[in-house]
Amino acid sequence: MNSTSTHFVPPRRVGIYEPLHQIGMWGETFKSNNIGNGNMNTPSHIIIPNNQKVDNNLSEDTSHGTAGTPHMFDQEASTSRNPDKIQRRLAQNREAARKSRLRKKAYVQQLETSRLKLIQLEQELDRARQQGFYVGNGIDTNSLGFSETMNPGIAAFEMEYGHWVEEQDRQICELRTVLHGHVSDVELRLLVETAMKHYFELFRMKSSAAKADVFFVMSGMWKTSAERFFLWIGGFRPSDLLKVLLPHFDIMTDQQIFDVCNLRQSCEQAEDALSQGMGKLQHTLADCVAAGHLGEGNYIPQVNSAMERLEALVSFVNQADHLRHETLQQMHRILTTRQAARGLLALGEYFQRLRALSSSWATRHREPT
Amino acid sequence: MDKVVRMSSEKGVVIFSKSSCCMSYAVQVLFQDLGVHPTIHEIDKDPDCREIEKALMRLGCSTPVPAIFVGGKLVGSTNEVMSLHLSGSLVPLVKPFQANLF
Repeated sequence: MNSTSTHFVPPRRVGIYEPLHQIGMWGETFKSNNIGNGNMNTPSHIIIPNNQKVDNNLSEDTSHGTAGTPHMFDQEASTSRNPDKIQRRLAQNREAARKSRLRKKAYVQQLETSRLKLIQLEQELDRARQQGFYVGNGIDTNSLGFSETMNPGIAAFEMEYGHWVEEQDRQICELRTVLHGHVSDVELRLLVETAMKHYFELFRMKSSAAKADVFFVMSGMWKTSAERFFLWIGGFRPSDLLKVLLPHFDIMTDQQIFDVCNLRQSCEQAEDALSQGMGKLQHTLADCVAAGHLGEGNYIPQVNSAMERLEALVSFVNQADHLRHETLQQMHRILTTRQAARGLLALGEYFQRLRALSSSWATRHREPT
Repeated sequence: MDKVVRMSSEKGVVIFSKSSCCMSYAVQVLFQDLGVHPTIHEIDKDPDCREIEKALMRLGCSTPVPAIFVGGKLVGSTNEVMSLHLSGSLVPLVKPFQANLF
């Protein structure tokens, strides 16, 4: 938005020239503005006065710069000699003033529309936040006033994740429909492949996000509150996944039962190893931060050495996702196509229920008692 | 590099790590959970640390540490070990080296 406002214009000479000057401003306003094209990206853009140029529609007597005094004398001198000129000038003034009023009206209307839109957006944000979704916190207060969404990698991830969840919901719907009816194995296999790839896509997204800001991924702020409760190194616990799915496989061969039990044990062992590695990382980081004298007020070396340690966190997040990836892969290998489809549906709906739980929890106080 | 060949050919499970590397520690814990006592070489304590790193990378490790050898053969880094374990192939691989006493 590039518009002028009377508030920012320094007071000019009073008298006959003020209307002309104002006309100049409004004229410039609507020559090069962006108001009204729905451009809401910078609602708080600073309004800059633009009164260098002068509207070409005005009469030839309009001056350019600051010197108003000589002009005033000219005007007085010429009008006393020429009544026609007075009439013409007055008519022009009236016309210009009328146009100015119209432009001002249009501008104010556009401001009103923008204001309403802003209120609407704020309400939506409020609603989304209460539903437990992490919303870009340019509005929220964060430590050091730093907003996570100032990081373009994270902003991109948040947007991508929103789309990911939408696609996930669509796939779950499709699986549900298809499994209730008759479906060929070929079609089912395709759906299973698609669902698996969708999860792998999430891990790829998370890897990029971890490079941008590993703390963001670790904190699970991009998930809903109930999902965060079960968080393990930036995501779900692979062994939890197996616990959720196991009861849903009605008929399993002995070999399958054996394989799934082994997988569950291996999962738990791998998770335990990673958890212990994380524990060591926490200890070494704490030692790093607390090194030297606490209380001297000088801690740049400690902060710097801690920064180096934090790089290791990225590899843990990646390794945890690798475990999730492999667990899904192994389940796919052990199960039949139909069992895998049912398993993916069950898993998907499990996460949907967690999201619904977050939503309910967030709005529980709103219910009338 | 001779030193690496010699160290990696030691009997059982050999892990090249660094004292500061927490992922190496995680891998170590995993083997211990499986009843194996791996030989740990903390290369940051070795004067030839740089050469050892380069040699490990040349052998095909994506990161120099942790690098895991079983029975003299390179298994890989954390990724490979985890994949093997979840697919059930790690236990048979280390079975000959599991401690008999539990």
